[in-house]
Amino acid sequence: MTAPGAQSLRVRPRAPWRSAWRAQLPVLAAVALGGGAGAAARYGVSLWGAAAAGGFPWQTFWTNVAGCAVIGVFMVLITEALAAHRLVRPFFGTGVLGGFTTFSTYAVDIQKLVDTGHARTALAYLAATPLAALAAVWAAAAATRRVLTWRQR
Amino acid sequence: MNWLLVVVGGMAGAPLRYLTDRAVQSRHDSVFPWGTFAVNVTGCLLLGLVTGAAVAGATGSHLRLLLGTGLCGALSTYSTFSYETLRLTETGARFYAVLNVAASIAAGLGAAFLGVTLARALWA
Repeated sequence: MTAPGAQSLRVRPRAPWRSAWRAQLPVLAAVALGGGAGAAARYGVSLWGAAAAGGFPWQTFWTNVAGCAVIGVFMVLITEALAAHRLVRPFFGTGVLGGFTTFSTYAVDIQKLVDTGHARTALAYLAATPLAALAAVWAAAAATRRVLTWRQR
Repeated sequence: MNWLLVVVGGMAGAPLRYLTDRAVQSRHDSVFPWGTFAVNVTGCLLLGLVTGAAVAGATGSHLRLLLGTGLCGALSTYSTFSYETLRLTETGARFYAVLNVAASIAAGLGAAFLGVTLARALWA
């Protein structure tokens, strides 16, 4: 004989799964809209003066560093200061900033530099991007926290 | 037209990253950000394939903008990667922070080189 509890366990998941999916739809739409906007902004920056073949990929470098600085400010603001709408983080953090910055172009830029015989530039770019990106997110988060505590006093 | 391709690719790549990250993160208990690691390495492999195919003359600029700039660009992320690394250092998981940077870059580069090599073998 099956216990009624076990029975209901087996039947129940259907409805919550559906409503969870329904609750996810606005989040997915916000991520998609933000992602499209972020990718377009990155494309705009990439058109801003084409990089010379074998040169340092400054466009991708600054796109990634700027995106990391902004996420540092944004995450501190929405996790420590503001009561933001639930779609703000998916739209701006996951969508816009995630779509704006890119890890794949960073890696393939290095491959292209190595392939065309610019190993030294490749190495400089390989090291400079994570160093500048991590410095940017750390400094931006620290500065935002400092402004917040200063304003609370 | 070019802008539209990038936007459409980005609108597919970002939700794909969100869903992959959620699926991966729900399947382990480690503090290591496997979700972002997975999308970044996948994005590098895909962009390597697209780039290799373009060099071999197998894809046009339209497909490169849609899949490369749009989809792969939005699927992979540097901002979340940096922020998660910062969070690891802030929560005292310094070892995981260093590991995240080293492993993401090594695996990402490996995937990019592999993608280009595969595309050349397939289409050149």
